Amino acid sequence: MIAVSIVGFILLRASGDLALRIAGAESLTEDVERIRLAYGLDRPIVIQYLDWAWKALHGDFGRSLFFPEDVSTLIAQRLPVTLWLGALGLGASIIIGLPLGTLAALKPNGILDRVLLGTVVLGQAMPSFWLGLLLIIFFGLTLGILPVSGSETWRHFILPTAVLAIATLPTILRLTRSGMIDALRADYIRTARAKGLSPASVIIKHALRNALIPVVAIAAVQLGALIGGSVVLETVFGIQGLGYLAWESINRADYPVVQANVLVLGAIYCLLTFVSDVLHALLDPRLRDQ
Amino acid sequence: MTVEKVEVEPIELLGAETARDTARRWLSNSGIVIGGGLFFLVVLSALIGPYLLPHNAFDQSLIARLRPPMWSGGTAEYPLGTDHLGRDYLARLLWGGRLSLMIGFLTILLAGTIGTTLGVVAGFYGGRIDFVVRFLIMVRLALPAVLIALAIAFLAGPSLKLLVLMLGLLLWDRFAVVSRAMTLQLRNREFVTAARAVGCSDFTMIRRDILPNILNYLIIIATVEMANAVLIASALSFLGLGVQPPLPDWGLMIAEGKEYILFSPYLITLPGLAMMVLVLSVNLLGDGIRDVTDPEAKGR
Repeated sequence: MIAVSIVGFILLRASGDLALRIAGAESLTEDVERIRLAYGLDRPIVIQYLDWAWKALHGDFGRSLFFPEDVSTLIAQRLPVTLWLGALGLGASIIIGLPLGTLAALKPNGILDRVLLGTVVLGQAMPSFWLGLLLIIFFGLTLGILPVSGSETWRHFILPTAVLAIATLPTILRLTRSGMIDALRADYIRTARAKGLSPASVIIKHALRNALIPVVAIAAVQLGALIGGSVVLETVFGIQGLGYLAWESINRADYPVVQANVLVLGAIYCLLTFVSDVLHALLDPRLRDQ
Repeated sequence: MTVEKVEVEPIELLGAETARDTARRWLSNSGIVIGGGLFFLVVLSALIGPYLLPHNAFDQSLIARLRPPMWSGGTAEYPLGTDHLGRDYLARLLWGGRLSLMIGFLTILLAGTIGTTLGVVAGFYGGRIDFVVRFLIMVRLALPAVLIALAIAFLAGPSLKLLVLMLGLLLWDRFAVVSRAMTLQLRNREFVTAARAVGCSDFTMIRRDILPNILNYLIIIATVEMANAVLIASALSFLGLGVQPPLPDWGLMIAEGKEYILFSPYLITLPGLAMMVLVLSVNLLGDGIRDVTDPEAKGR
C-alpha cells in the first residue's frame, strides 16, 4: 500500500512539471513560479510526499484544484457508482457464465462447447470501448430505446453493464468449464454416481461446488480489474464514477484528485486480493491449514 | 517358392518424435492454423498493403470528405470510404495495423525482457532477491495501470515512444510471475544440478538449462500480452493520450470517427473490426501453441 502510494506519487511528479501544466503552456514564468510556491511544489519531493501521506492517513487528500469540494468528498461521491457498475457487470457475467460453463464442460469438445469457446474467443478480442460504441450505435441511435450517456437512471447502466459483462464473461466461462471438467473426472464424483445420486445432484452439489473455487477467487480479482479499468468505459458512457473523475482530473492537471484516485484504486485492489484469498480458504478446506 | 520381401518398420523410441510428426501435430491444431493464418495476413497487409493503394494514409482531400465505403454506395477509388478529412480509410487502416503491430512487438520485447530477467533471477537465487522481486510484482499489480499511463502521458506529453515505454514498463508482471515459478521448479532438476557439478557459471546455467525450458511458456505469455498491449494502446489513443494525430492508430481513428457516429458509423466499426481480427489471431495462435506444447492444459 505504502509502496503503491510512493510509486504513484513519484511517477506523477517525475513525468513533467506540474506547476507548468496547471498554469498552462503559454503562461508567464512568474505565474508558474507563483503556482509552484502556492501549492508547495517547490519543496523537496520527500517532504511533499510525507506531508501528503500524513494527511491522507487522516482521510484528508487535500482540495481539488477544480472542484470546490474536498478530494475525499469527491471520491466518496463517485466511488459507489463505479463499485455498483463493477458489481453489476461481474454479477451479470457470473449469472450467464456459470451455467454456460457447466453446460460446456458436460460434453467437452461437443458442439455446444465449441460454439461457446469460439464466442468467448471473439468476445475476448473486442476492445471494450469499441463494443460500447457499437452498443450506443445500435441501441441508442438506431433503435433509440436506451440512453447513451450519463448515470442518472438505472437505464443508463444497462449498456455499460452489458459491456463489462461481455468483457469478463470469457474468464468466468473458461474457468467454470475447466474447473468442471477437472471436477467431473475426480474420484468423489465417481463415488457420488456409484451411490446412485441423480445426475443433476451430482453435477450441482458435488462437481459445481468444487469447480466454483477458482471462479470465486478470480471473480474478486476481476472486480478489481474492472474498477481499475473503469476510466475508459466511464468516459465512453459519460458515467459519473471514479474513472470519469480521474479522466477529467488528469486533463485538468488536478493532481490531488489523481493521486487520491491511484491510491484508492490500489487499496481496492489489495482489499479484493485479500478477499479472494479468504474466500478461497473458506471454500476449500484443504487450503485452510496453510 | 518366392520369398516375400518383408518391410521392416523403423523402430521408434517411445516418446521420440520426428520433425514431420511435430509439424503434423502443429498443423492439425485449428488455433495455430486459423490464428497463424490470420496473423500472417494482418502482418502482410500491414507491411505491403499501403504500397498497393492509389492514396496514402495522410493525403487529405476536402472534396472527398466522408465518402461512404463501397457497400453503401462508395466507389472503388476509396474501397472503404474516407474519413472527415478525406483520407483514404483503407490506407489508414493498413497503416494503423503497422502501428499496432509495432507497439505490440516492442512492448512484449521490453516487458518480456524485464519480466523474464526479474522472474528467472528471483527463481534461481531465491532468498532476499526473490523477496524483492515478489514485492515488485505485488506493487506493480496494485497500481492501476491504465490510470497511471494516462496521467504520465498527460504530464510528459503523449507520444508513440512514451506509449511503448509505458506499456513495456507496465505489462511485465505476467512474464515475471510465470518465469519465476518455472525457474523454481527447474532449479532443482537433475540437469541443472549436473551443470552445477561440472562447474558451469550461473549465467551459463540460466542461459542453457533454464531459458530454453521456459521459452514455450514465455511465447504463450507474449501472445497474451501482445493482445493486451494492442488493446490498452488503442484505449489510450482513443482517450487522446496515446498515438497522436495525424498517425492513424485504430483507437485514435475510432475517437476521430465518434463525432460522425450517426451518419458514418463505418468510421467506428471498421477500425474496431481490424483490431478484433489482430487480437483474435494473436489469441488463437497463443491458445494453439499452448494446446500443442502443453496438452494437459487444453482448452483453458
